[in-house]
Amino acid sequence: MSRRGFVQRMVAAGLTVPMAAQVLAIGGVSIAAAPRAYAATKRGGGGTLKLLWWQAPTLLNPHFATGTKDQDGSRVFYEPLANWNQEGNLVPVLAAEIPSVENGGLAADGTSVTWKIKQGVKFHDGQPLTADDLVFNWEYCKDPATAAVTSGSYINVKVEKIDDHTIKVIFAKPTPFWADAFVGFNGMIIPKHLFGEYSGSKSRDAPTNLKPVGTGPFKFKSFNPGDLVTGEINADYHVANQPFFDAVEMKGGGDAVSAARAVLQTGEYHYAWNLQVEDEILKKLEASGKGKVNLTPGANIEHIQLNNTDPNKEVDGERSSIKTKHPSLSDPAVREALALLIDRKAVQDYIYGRTAKATSNYVNGPPRMVSKNTSYEFNIKKAIDLLDKAGWKPGPDGIRAKGDVKLKYLFQTSINQPRQKNQAIVKQSCEKAGIGIEIKSVVASVYFSSDVANPDTYPHFYADLQMYTTGPGRPDPAQWMRSFLSEEVSQKSNKWQGRNITRWQNKEYDDTWNASENEMDPVKRVALLIKLNDLVIKNNVVIPELFRMSVSAAAKNLNVTLSGWDSDTANLREWHTA
Amino acid sequence: MSPAYVLRRILLAIPSLFGISVVLFTVLALAPGDPFGELMTNPNVPASVQLALRAKFGLDDPVYIRYVHWLMAMLHGDWGFSFVSRMNVDILIMQRLPVTLAVIGASQLLAVLVAIPVGVLGAARPYSLFDQIANTLAFIGFSLPTFFTGLLLIMVFSIRLEWLPFVFQSDLSSTGWQWWVDEIRQSIMPIAVLGLFQGASLVRFVRSAVLDVIRLDYVTTARSKGIGERRVLVRHVVRNALIPVVTLVALQMPVVFGGAIITEQIFRVPGIGSLLISSILSNDTPVVMGVTFVFAGLVILFNLIADLLYGFLDPRIAFR
Repeated sequence: MSRRGFVQRMVAAGLTVPMAAQVLAIGGVSIAAAPRAYAATKRGGGGTLKLLWWQAPTLLNPHFATGTKDQDGSRVFYEPLANWNQEGNLVPVLAAEIPSVENGGLAADGTSVTWKIKQGVKFHDGQPLTADDLVFNWEYCKDPATAAVTSGSYINVKVEKIDDHTIKVIFAKPTPFWADAFVGFNGMIIPKHLFGEYSGSKSRDAPTNLKPVGTGPFKFKSFNPGDLVTGEINADYHVANQPFFDAVEMKGGGDAVSAARAVLQTGEYHYAWNLQVEDEILKKLEASGKGKVNLTPGANIEHIQLNNTDPNKEVDGERSSIKTKHPSLSDPAVREALALLIDRKAVQDYIYGRTAKATSNYVNGPPRMVSKNTSYEFNIKKAIDLLDKAGWKPGPDGIRAKGDVKLKYLFQTSINQPRQKNQAIVKQSCEKAGIGIEIKSVVASVYFSSDVANPDTYPHFYADLQMYTTGPGRPDPAQWMRSFLSEEVSQKSNKWQGRNITRWQNKEYDDTWNASENEMDPVKRVALLIKLNDLVIKNNVVIPELFRMSVSAAAKNLNVTLSGWDSDTANLREWHTA
Repeated sequence: MSPAYVLRRILLAIPSLFGISVVLFTVLALAPGDPFGELMTNPNVPASVQLALRAKFGLDDPVYIRYVHWLMAMLHGDWGFSFVSRMNVDILIMQRLPVTLAVIGASQLLAVLVAIPVGVLGAARPYSLFDQIANTLAFIGFSLPTFFTGLLLIMVFSIRLEWLPFVFQSDLSSTGWQWWVDEIRQSIMPIAVLGLFQGASLVRFVRSAVLDVIRLDYVTTARSKGIGERRVLVRHVVRNALIPVVTLVALQMPVVFGGAIITEQIFRVPGIGSLLISSILSNDTPVVMGVTFVFAGLVILFNLIADLLYGFLDPRIAFR
């Protein structure tokens, strides 16, 4: 298919031209990444790069990483076949090229992808990287006895060696999103010759778990779990003239504010990650002129969920049971009124500042996946009219009711200062419209846990409304959109492990999602994914509030390459000082 | 003081340690939280992965079974396996212990070096100007919590004056003399915070102990022999007054360890205190058990040392 024809079809499918150009990358037609403005002329000479992670890595085997801190630590030494860049496109790292239909890498029916591995890549101990290592990584991860956290990317595929530098990933069924195994967070490749004997239940005994040997720009030097990771330049690195820094040091511990301070104000460190700090404080620190704040968009969203089931009625030992219906939130007028009562702009201006943007969509990135069909409005008057028309009349206490059903809601979230301010803004405007809000906040370690016995976790959702941040974690929202599928309803029978927390069930949504899973035409698939977003928004299943950026700080003269779709350390090889 | 007494004290410590472990384990099991919580919020990790991990580490077993497993392993000298780091707890603790002991040792030394001269001089001339100032400062010192003084020092010396770094580094790249300079520069603040806090309460104690002794008849006798005020103070007063002080220093070790937990967190000192905090936050039960056990062991040890020292310094006290 020609590029022009492709774009024309996209436009015909209702997508704009710039968006169409971006879809090109994913669905099988490869797009060359724009050349970098900076071209390195020699390897090394940059001194020590000092990174400050206020939560330090606790392990360095990427397949055991329980959080981004561990993925970031491992990524200093290990690499995947390809990275995700800021635009949500693939950039080859250990792959010779990005597979496409044109270069024969992608099967037209979507059942397999063939990766060519870059020639001449060596692990830090001098052993060459071959197809056997990739096949081994697949076997290692899919073995339940290994208990790899990355197993989700490997259990449903089969990996075959074609020759020493070619592998084929075979899917059980046509799979439009093929770039999962060996890509990004879950794709880091560990060497077979060091881990081979330690597969399955012996995985915890591998000495290399603590002394990584990868292909990355830095060689392992030392590791104190929870404190410090250090590495030195890999003189044999497979990219010419990279990396710039001679050594890297990743210090952990402490808290986010003092981490921001150490980069922005005192300049003790060059880079600090994940600064969940109020923008006011960041601005003040930035004013001292030693560093700058980086805002990297991904697609994380702060949103309010409306419960479709009744949290106050117990059925078969569980509340918010799928067998019940919420007495008032089941009324579309009430849901719409609530959406009108959330002052997203105020939340952005007064609480999050530069670090988040008000939005009307559930899916906010990459741009090619973002719906243009939605909008949001803050309008108390309109909400009041809606509620009046739907028969919700103000009672003597000012709270609206119909029969004995009152518009009085329990609104829960985790304990976190911006969230409590946000709750107060919501409560204030809802009360103006005659909706009573009772605020509840739960300690984060309880709220975000999978404790089956604790009723205060977010998957239990024993409240009418709740608020937290979620995101797709990759530049393709399909997996994430499972969170509105009927089969994914979170309930007692699945130990509240289901992804559908709002317990909303809708046949049209389920059908659209299933269609998107089998749609190999990239254009139509994106249209389906956008339709999923629109269904969620039009039905007010959730009320999106803000689209949050990942915030980091870097020294003034440090040029960093970051991506909202990949690890902060994914492109360490390109970092340099001006 | 007989070896039998020491042996008896050590044997008595065993039931205490056992009781401590039961209480700790139960409290940790009752506390909410989940070491794999972050996986749950990631849409790309299937729920089955997390369930498999919980099963692998035995998190779904009843509390008493988990306790028995832990106890049996501990009796065999196996400290357990960290959920979060996937390595042995004893290795983790051994990596961190030297830093903590160095910081605590140095701060305790600082406390004693400040407290004894100031307390003795204050008591030698009670209610003099020096005594008043020392008392005021001591009151301020032990009224301010370490997390506050820590932040205060950072604000003044790191941010306003830019003299000292506030991030502690466990691997300094410099060598030789420069290493010592850097090490001292980065250790000054954590040690000062802990040491001065400890020293402040010690000053009050030294002062009152010296005041008790200085009024006794044998001191008057010594003075009347005309051996000079200085010698009276050093040879006759301080020596006897220090007996309760020595025990106090040993008995207060647990307090210092408690203070170290917070100080280590503020200054990012990679000691067992900061290990304890991060393990509690990530619900890493085996590590929390291991670290608290080390703390409990140290407390019992220092109690024993205090008792033995007391008998050594004051032979009138007999141990049976």
